[in-house]
Amino acid sequence: MASDKQPEGQERIGVYVCHCGSNIAGVVDVESVARFAADDLKDRGVVLARDYTFMCSVAGQELIEQDIHEQRLTRVVVAACSPHLHEKTFRGVCERSGVNPYLSEMASIREHVAWVHADKAAATAKAKAIVSGTVERVLQNDPLEAIKVPIDAQTLVVGGGIAGIQAALEVAEAGYDVVLVEREASLGGHMAQFDKTFPTLDCAACILTPKMAAAGAHPKIHLYTWSEVEKVEGFVGSYTVTVRKKPRYVDEDICTGCGICVEKCPVLVVDDKFEAGIGYRKAIYWPFAQAVPNLPVLDPDTCTYYVGGKGGAGGGCKACEKFCPTVPNSIKFDQTEERVTLRVGNIILATGWDLFDARRIPQYGYGRLANVFTNLELERMCNAAGPTGGRVVLRDGQNAPKRVGIVHCVGSRDRHYNRHCSAICCMQSLKLAHLVKERTGAEVYNFYIDIRTPGKEYDEFYQRVLDDGVHFVRGKVAEITDVPFDPAEAGREVEGTLYVQVEDTLAGLQRRIPVDMVVLSAGLEPRRDSAAVGKTFGIACSTSGWFIEKHAKMDPIATMTEGVFIAGCAAGPKDIPASVSQGSAAAARVLNYIRQGELALEPVRASVLEAQCSGCRICNGLCPFNAISFVAERQVSEINAALCQGCGTCVAACPAGAIQGTGFSDAQLFAQIEGLLRDVQREPEAA
Amino acid sequence: MSTPSTPTPFEPVIIGFTCNWCSYRAADLAGTARIKYPPNVRLIRVMCSGRIDPTLVLKALSEGADGVLIAGCHPGECHYLEQNYKALRRHRLLQKTLAQFGIEPARVRLAWASAAEGAKFAGEIAAMVDQVKALGPLNWPARPVPEGRAHADEVAA
Repeated sequence: MASDKQPEGQERIGVYVCHCGSNIAGVVDVESVARFAADDLKDRGVVLARDYTFMCSVAGQELIEQDIHEQRLTRVVVAACSPHLHEKTFRGVCERSGVNPYLSEMASIREHVAWVHADKAAATAKAKAIVSGTVERVLQNDPLEAIKVPIDAQTLVVGGGIAGIQAALEVAEAGYDVVLVEREASLGGHMAQFDKTFPTLDCAACILTPKMAAAGAHPKIHLYTWSEVEKVEGFVGSYTVTVRKKPRYVDEDICTGCGICVEKCPVLVVDDKFEAGIGYRKAIYWPFAQAVPNLPVLDPDTCTYYVGGKGGAGGGCKACEKFCPTVPNSIKFDQTEERVTLRVGNIILATGWDLFDARRIPQYGYGRLANVFTNLELERMCNAAGPTGGRVVLRDGQNAPKRVGIVHCVGSRDRHYNRHCSAICCMQSLKLAHLVKERTGAEVYNFYIDIRTPGKEYDEFYQRVLDDGVHFVRGKVAEITDVPFDPAEAGREVEGTLYVQVEDTLAGLQRRIPVDMVVLSAGLEPRRDSAAVGKTFGIACSTSGWFIEKHAKMDPIATMTEGVFIAGCAAGPKDIPASVSQGSAAAARVLNYIRQGELALEPVRASVLEAQCSGCRICNGLCPFNAISFVAERQVSEINAALCQGCGTCVAACPAGAIQGTGFSDAQLFAQIEGLLRDVQREPEAA
Repeated sequence: MSTPSTPTPFEPVIIGFTCNWCSYRAADLAGTARIKYPPNVRLIRVMCSGRIDPTLVLKALSEGADGVLIAGCHPGECHYLEQNYKALRRHRLLQKTLAQFGIEPARVRLAWASAAEGAKFAGEIAAMVDQVKALGPLNWPARPVPEGRAHADEVAA
């Protein structure tokens, strides 16, 4: 054992071994563990050790409080469940009793011992080792104070889809300023593109646009559309954010949104963004009819002024400028991008999702077979404000389909593309099946792997679509082709027929179903640039590309970076109600911080012992949060405690041992190792 | 202390370093799910696998551990963005150092487990125990304590 180690001063440690009913006591001999602590660890400063049925109960907590007062305990070890469950509880007990909360430690003998081992003797021995390690560690703990930082009330919301709009409105309604940054020219996000919403079939625009308008007109919401966040510096409570405003070539302050420029523009191009490639827009255009703000945007890639060589021989038609009725003219051909620097206390990321590119599955023929559509194309087609005025037609723009196949799980639940379930496409496919049936009377086939309808009234909607007479074929579609299979089929071939080759797993048959229109339910993917965006805001993406929550279940809104929250599909596929809820939830978290005025941060931080720092700067580049900087005057590195998240990488890297990590210092970890190995330690050779 | 002459089968003692966000939670989850694994590994929680200073590993081996497991979040899933890559690099380097010390590099194993992978974590522990059992006890000479240099107390001071 660590015979070279003496108790630090006159520490008085209390050790409490929890039975957790029979959860721990059923496997671990808790009395033996308590006796071990009292007898064998007496020389380490343990003055009392008790075992008790439920340490977390009020009686258990009072037991510790009483001992702290009567036995003058200076440090506390509770051997019970995981610290992730009750660390706060026992820190609270200490704080109430006048012991610094960071002078308590938990030893996990339930999750890491009793529940995973069957051999009672071995489990008890391991529990003793863990208690011994925790006692050594707690001896090295320093009393700490939470770090307090002030919270700037202005909040940044990134992403103007439904989740971001909801979050912005909630914070603004509470009376605080919100900066809402949207990459596209209008608020709305993907929801603005949809026709109806499942399962109620209310019109997406009818329920979304009032919120868009409210956000656009709210005096507390400062809107930056056609803008992106370029740089984020600082930490929770006081972030400095640089927003890049892309040139609209339209003066936001002068333009009245009359639309004459759009009307007069002679250039018609395919709108592959909002209209998903099935409609047209002008070179100067509104993203869509109800755009907020009501300002057009000019596309320099197609405008004749730029395409013909800016101000060159052609000079472009400048019809927009000529017909613009405002004085001075709203069209600004020479507008350049602008950067705006803002101070915010908290950030809500609601950056949404991208549609899976169905071209990646060549056997489904999207982009090659004319009448293979995506779900988004069909949404636009069903929309009364869309390019076909709400008519569902084939690619020829004239004829309605007679037989339609809807393929589920395109790019989702497929190990070649994405393993995740996109969560909304079953319901979206059912909705589209219903709409197609309603508008064209066509025979509709749904090809599905499983039908997933777990939301409120979702399965009822599925039943309704079944009652509509939509056909359901359970099986993953192998191929969509326009090539007849056999001569007999060729003989009866109808121009434009597509054959859906599928194994019907319920009938146990290979089927080849002729249709004239196929709709691919392409799944939701993380934004293509999510890793880069995550880096800008100091948060991480999983390997699949979705942002990672602080805790998938217990803290799905927060991230590992304090003051950065996530809402909506940025963290994974969600339907509209879930996205709206998350927007509100993120706002609630931010408002909580704002109302507190200042925030107490866990004091797990690294700091530089200047006397030992050689100024080598090895740590500077290692920090993922740019918390370490070099102070040239003193030739040492310095850690900004508010930026530091306490990962400890710099502590491990410092060749001089000049960086100490509170909470996980070398002294604590070395002592814990010694304590854990107390029963097997090699005795030092006799000197 | 285990010695090769012990008649009972060799049961190694292994120190496991786990990160607060993924592998420690995976260990918690293994518990919640009552997944059984051998009791030879004793865990230490750090905030991040990037905190694992090679001296911590050497300390554990010198104090009597037969092996060390370092477990972090999966590459790309680190809660501190990318610090587990630093753990990866240090592990590679440390294995070379261990070989130079005459210690089998397989005694120090690096594993990834997300907070959702309780079963995987339990599997990693079982594999680690088998691996060290096959190697036998680490027969390092007794811990030398040169005059004027000691361990944790010095560091703490």
